[in-house]
Order: sequence, then C-alpha cells, then structure tokens
Amino acid sequence: MPAGTLYRGREGMWSWVAHRVTGVLIFFFLFVHVLDTALVRVSPEAYDEVVATYKTPIVALLEYGLVAAILFHALNGLRVIAVDFWSKGPRYQKQMLWTVVGVWVVLMVGALYPVLGHAVRELFGS
Amino acid sequence: MSDTTLEKSGVGPVEGASLYDADNPAPVIEAPRKRTAKTPRSTRGNFEMAAWLFMRLSGVVLVVLVITHLLIQLVLDGGVSKIGFAFVAGRWASPFWQVWDLLMLWLAMLHGANGLRTVINDYAERPNTRLWLKGLLYTATVFTILLGTLVIFTFDPNIR
Repeated sequence: MPAGTLYRGREGMWSWVAHRVTGVLIFFFLFVHVLDTALVRVSPEAYDEVVATYKTPIVALLEYGLVAAILFHALNGLRVIAVDFWSKGPRYQKQMLWTVVGVWVVLMVGALYPVLGHAVRELFGS
Repeated sequence: MSDTTLEKSGVGPVEGASLYDADNPAPVIEAPRKRTAKTPRSTRGNFEMAAWLFMRLSGVVLVVLVITHLLIQLVLDGGVSKIGFAFVAGRWASPFWQVWDLLMLWLAMLHGANGLRTVINDYAERPNTRLWLKGLLYTATVFTILLGTLVIFTFDPNIR
C-alpha cells in the first residue's frame, strides 16, 4: 500500500466507494424524475409521451440499473447504520457486507422478470 | 528482575532511571488544541452531527418509502407498462399516497443534497470551486423540492 493514503482497500473501502457512486447516480436520477412527474401539471399528453420513453427496452435496462443502485444503497445503508449504532457492528462489518451482497443478488434475480420482462417481449415478440 | 525502584518513577527498565521525581517535576507540555483565551466560545455548533444523524434517520425511512414505491411502480400490476396520467391521478386521489410521495420527495432530496455536499467537501479543494458547486447544488435542490411539492398539492385530475 502506498504511504500517505486514506484508502485501505478491501471490503471497507470498496463498499464505501460503491455507496458513494450509487448515491450520486440515484440523486441525479431524482432530479430527472421530479421534472418528468411535474409534466402532469402541463397536460396528460405531455406526461404520457415522456413516460412512453420509460417503457422502451433501452430505458428498461437503465431502470434495472436504477433498481440495482437503489437496492445496494439501501441495504448497505442499513449496514452502515449497524456499524455505527450496534456495539458489535464494526467487528462484523465484512460479514454484513457479504450478507448485503447476497440479499442484493437474490433481489436482483427477482427483479429480472418484472422490470425487464416487457422489454424482452417487445424485442423478441410475444 | 526486581525493578521496584524504577516502578516508582513510572519509567520501565529499558528507558532507565527517570530524571524527574516528585521534588523535581518534569516540565508541563501543553495539550494540543487546548482551549485558550483566544479560542472562540462557540466553534461550529452541532450542524455536522445533526447532518450525520439525519442521514441515518432519513435513510431508514427512505428504505421503506422507496422500496415500496419501486414495488408499486415497476413490479406489481404489469410493472412500468401501466404508468400513465390516469394511473398517477388514481394514486393521488388518495391523501395517503400524496403524503407518502411528499415525504419521499423531501427526505430523498435532503438526503441526496447532504450526500452530495459531503462529496463536494471531499473532492473540491479550491474555496471558489466549493462555493460554486454548493451554490449550484442548493439552488437545484430548493428548486426541485418546491416544484415537486407544488405539483403534488396542485395536481388536477381534470386538467382540461
């Protein structure tokens, strides 16, 4: 490890990096999402037209990525709270991270069909 | 192995005998960052601690609010395909979901804004860069919160 760096690698640092990256991505989407929802005050047609882009296969893939980012940020956020407030949290931070990753993988497999099913049907027919 | 004479001075056998004792005390070294007459009485208040606590409290609430929101919008009842003006009108006919979305908007925006404030503090080093990035962040945040709040409160299902 190079001298004079705060970055220590391993589970602790990489979960922190992933938490930060997913957080920034979700926040930027939130701006877009409030703006697109604000179109309900313009006209039903304007809103439906923009929401139609959310139903295209490419954006469906982005939605799957959004779900991935939110689920990781949510689960790892609960881990951060456990590290801060549970007396044994720091000792089990690695085990908790791998639990987070495990639950995340299961939920992402579960989200596969609901989020991407319609895109697959559109691309490959019925 | 007897070092009873050294024990009194608080110096181990490796260091050797102490130069000081009760009659000839060592000079006092002032503690670093000691409060002096020049230290301002109030330094920065508890803002950073409040922000830290807010991230954890809002985070727990947001886990419930946002995951339910994703479940309703993207998973249940046909997923994203069902979303349209009529669907929004149906949900905001209920004050429960209006309050739900309002709370989610405020908590998520403030949680995200505070997170990005931390990121700016970490990476932007020049005072001017920090000032401009935070100015942009706060402007965009206030604008988005106000816009979203206005939309929820003034929503009209019979807009035409």
